[in-house]
Amino acid sequence: MAVAVKLLASPAVRVGLSISVATGLYGISFGALSVTSGLDFWQTMALSLLLFSGGSQFAFIGVVGGGGSGIAAMSAATLLGMRNGIYGMQLNALLHPTGWRKYVAAQVTIDESTATSTGQTDPAEQLRGFWAAGIGIYVLWNLFTAVGALAGSGLGDPKQWGLDGAAVAAFLALLWPRLKGREPIAIAVVCAVATVAAVPFVPAGVPILVAAVVAAVMGWFSHGRSDEGLEPDVDPYREHQHQHQHRGADHHQGGHRQHGADDGHQRGEGGTPGAGT
Amino acid sequence: MNLWIWLLIACALAYAWKLVGYFVPARFLENPRMSRVAGTMTIGLLASLTVVNAVASGQTLAADARLGALAAAAVALALRAPFLVVVVAGAGTAALLRMLGWN
Repeated sequence: MAVAVKLLASPAVRVGLSISVATGLYGISFGALSVTSGLDFWQTMALSLLLFSGGSQFAFIGVVGGGGSGIAAMSAATLLGMRNGIYGMQLNALLHPTGWRKYVAAQVTIDESTATSTGQTDPAEQLRGFWAAGIGIYVLWNLFTAVGALAGSGLGDPKQWGLDGAAVAAFLALLWPRLKGREPIAIAVVCAVATVAAVPFVPAGVPILVAAVVAAVMGWFSHGRSDEGLEPDVDPYREHQHQHQHRGADHHQGGHRQHGADDGHQRGEGGTPGAGT
Repeated sequence: MNLWIWLLIACALAYAWKLVGYFVPARFLENPRMSRVAGTMTIGLLASLTVVNAVASGQTLAADARLGALAAAAVALALRAPFLVVVVAGAGTAALLRMLGWN
């Protein structure tokens, strides 16, 4: 009991829990959209339990729902999951998990758990924030995926309820927080145009992969922020702000983004930043 | 059944990405291009998925109620609405436009 009270007094744990509720809740929309895209209940649950990365899960069902092949769905989901590898590197350097913890930490390494952790400055808080958000989101995301999948399968014609419109809205909502500044907007526009141009000429699902290649080339050859596009779908410190005004504002300023800059600075002292290969 | 196979491969590869981060030597972090590409690809893929879901019907382009959903979602996001509200706004607008006869 004393341990629980002590944990709840931790600012990182409180942020982690509020982000868990906010993120977990939109598992409802994933579950409902997944079953109306043609996946069954257990396929939907397998994505939330095993794949567990919101953007990749929506990508998989988005391609399947649009008539794309299984291999195109898998490819889109996998390319979208690359950023989790970058988060893994950051978190490993920050938290140094050992033994079996490494394997569990990997599964809950996503946008939100990374942002919750890197938004803290005290190492103990970074650790608590990561686990609170990671485990909290995992549990609630799966719970609400099941709720959404069960509700979605009883809906009948998904178009009548505008669920295809819900998918459009969900992808725009995932994209929106990453459009900070001129460069990400330019990338988004170029990729959107490339997609529309490719649709009539290649099988369904493939235009998304064309856009991925275009975006990768743009990232490789241009020089900009090294953490471009690596923002969480729901910013833990903005979300938390609603409940703790003063703290949220402070942390947001010095939070996730700032960490990227700090990180670059440290690298600058040790090695040769920006030199690339 | 075929879909199950690709689904499970996607799950395995997603975990592989995550795990790789914990095992590669720290010096890989010194190459900012890797995280640049991961980030720009995230933006490009999400932009592409948004557009595909809004205007593609198989291999043809269509202007239908989904465009209304896109506009409604943009307005909701500009007003800083939470994720679930944005999704409901998109669904509601598409449903409403269909009821009014715009497919």
